[in-house]
Amino acid sequence: MTAPALKARGPSHANSGYLFVLPFLLVFVAMLVVPLVYAGYLSLFREQLIGGTVFAGLENYTRALSDDRLVGGIFRVARFFVLQVPIMLLLSLIAALAIDSGLLRFAKVFRLGIFVPYAVPAVVATLMWGYLYGTEFGPFAQLASALGLPAPRFLSSGWMLGSMANIVTWQFVGYNMIILYAALRSIPHDLYEAAAVDGAGQWRIAWSIKVPALRPALLVCLIFSVIGSFQLFTEPQLLQRLAPSVIDSAYTPNLYAYTLAFTGQEVNYAAAVSFLLGLVIVIASYTVLFVTTRRSRS
Amino acid sequence: MTSTAGTAGRVEAPGRPPATATRGRRRSLADRRSNLLTLGMLALLIYFLLPLFWLLVASTKTTGDLFSSFGLWFSDSFALLSNIRRTFAHDGGVYARWMLNTLFYSLVSAGGAAFLAALGGYGFAKYKFRGNNALFGTVLGAIMVPTTALALPTYLLFSKVGMVNTPWAIILPSLVSPFGLFLMRIYAQDAIPDSLIEAGRIDGAGEMRIFFGLALRSLAPGIVTVLLFTLVATWNNYFLPLIMLNDPDLYPITVGLAAWSSQTAGGGGSTGDLLALVVTGSMLSILPLIAAFLMLQRYWQSGLTAGGVKG
Repeated sequence: MTAPALKARGPSHANSGYLFVLPFLLVFVAMLVVPLVYAGYLSLFREQLIGGTVFAGLENYTRALSDDRLVGGIFRVARFFVLQVPIMLLLSLIAALAIDSGLLRFAKVFRLGIFVPYAVPAVVATLMWGYLYGTEFGPFAQLASALGLPAPRFLSSGWMLGSMANIVTWQFVGYNMIILYAALRSIPHDLYEAAAVDGAGQWRIAWSIKVPALRPALLVCLIFSVIGSFQLFTEPQLLQRLAPSVIDSAYTPNLYAYTLAFTGQEVNYAAAVSFLLGLVIVIASYTVLFVTTRRSRS
Repeated sequence: MTSTAGTAGRVEAPGRPPATATRGRRRSLADRRSNLLTLGMLALLIYFLLPLFWLLVASTKTTGDLFSSFGLWFSDSFALLSNIRRTFAHDGGVYARWMLNTLFYSLVSAGGAAFLAALGGYGFAKYKFRGNNALFGTVLGAIMVPTTALALPTYLLFSKVGMVNTPWAIILPSLVSPFGLFLMRIYAQDAIPDSLIEAGRIDGAGEMRIFFGLALRSLAPGIVTVLLFTLVATWNNYFLPLIMLNDPDLYPITVGLAAWSSQTAGGGGSTGDLLALVVTGSMLSILPLIAAFLMLQRYWQSGLTAGGVKG
């Protein structure tokens, strides 16, 4: 009965919504849109020894696309993504399903224990794993020498990408597990009961009900992983000190942009590189979205 | 009206109540299997906790013992307290300063980001103003913009207005959390019934009054979730402070520890001793966040569960 009165006042209420979203949008524009536009603007210029900064059109971009160091870095992080993300998400999925299944003893201990590394800063995680990998006092090297074996060379060029993948996996399995677990908790339980009445066991329920229901949450995890992998910076930047001959200044695109801007003073080219990296990430994310949603439809 | 607010305050993670009835039955069906699964998960748990155990053990050792004793067990001398003392004393007590900086940057950033996200998420969820979907879609698309690609132009803009090398350079960029807004919109949709807002209007309360007086309380678990996750993001941030700050007194703990560790990497004599401080400093730096997650787990887990409904 109050509905008609409310409806009559409808539009004015709707417009006070602007008041609520305005503060967020202001900061959003100032801290996200403006820098992005500025990066795009900067990337169109070139610095010269004589004459200062001149308009260069897309020259920085054509240079970037034929820059072997940048292209090599992009392929390296793409390889990192293909190597690391499936393992990480599979572990997260298994852990989330196990904790949700009710078959696990001390489920709460597992949930919190696996999540703890997420609270460890990437800097600390990398320093710590760097010590663990080390040949001087790392426990792996100590064990190997106790067994009379040569120390594993985690920081050699062949192993480096895998060693980094391990650090990132260690940090983020728990985070993804929590997202998946939260999604599992929101599946209506009568679905399980119906399946159990039909004689389905826990494994069957996990495979036929839970995993399909997790698709949207898995997609969220996957998109975040694309973004994270392609921006890899902290791990290579810190491990560089331990293995300067393996990790050069263009090991990942972000490290390259950082070096260009702050050591090489090539600000305009660095802007083009980071803009291009953003583009690569958007394309990769949409590719992932496209591939996964297509598969689910067919 | 008050009763409406009361029920809304108790909105909980959906799907939880029926669990107990089925769980008991399930347990008896598959007790044998659970041991195998528990064992497998134990292996996983060891992988996640053993490095932290190593860090804890290492922080009780002198630099000499780090090299001469087995990494995964304590050595004879227990140097934890002297390590802690030396960590805090080194370089005129700069470590404590870094910890306080980190605490300050992350609390202000996370508080601001959670507040903006709660306000905005509520606005997007509950008001059908023109352009609602388009604006929200734009913000959501920005999740894909890599933060590191923004850091460089932000640095250049800040250096023009003299904000580089100030706390603002860290706090302002951290105030925007598109994912936080996304989470809060979903949360507000589920946790705040339209009838609550209408009841407030009938009582003559203004829109802001309704938000702060009625809605905010129901949004609390969602806000804690966004608060914690932006807190972690700022606490763990390395790239942004690395480029924005060059005054060691302004460093957060991440940049500070990285600076100390780069001094040890040079090796040799007196700097070799710094190693124990990097290890101890690392160990101490992760305690506050772990404590925060453990203490606030009830809030952030229910906040995420609601977010997962449509997430």
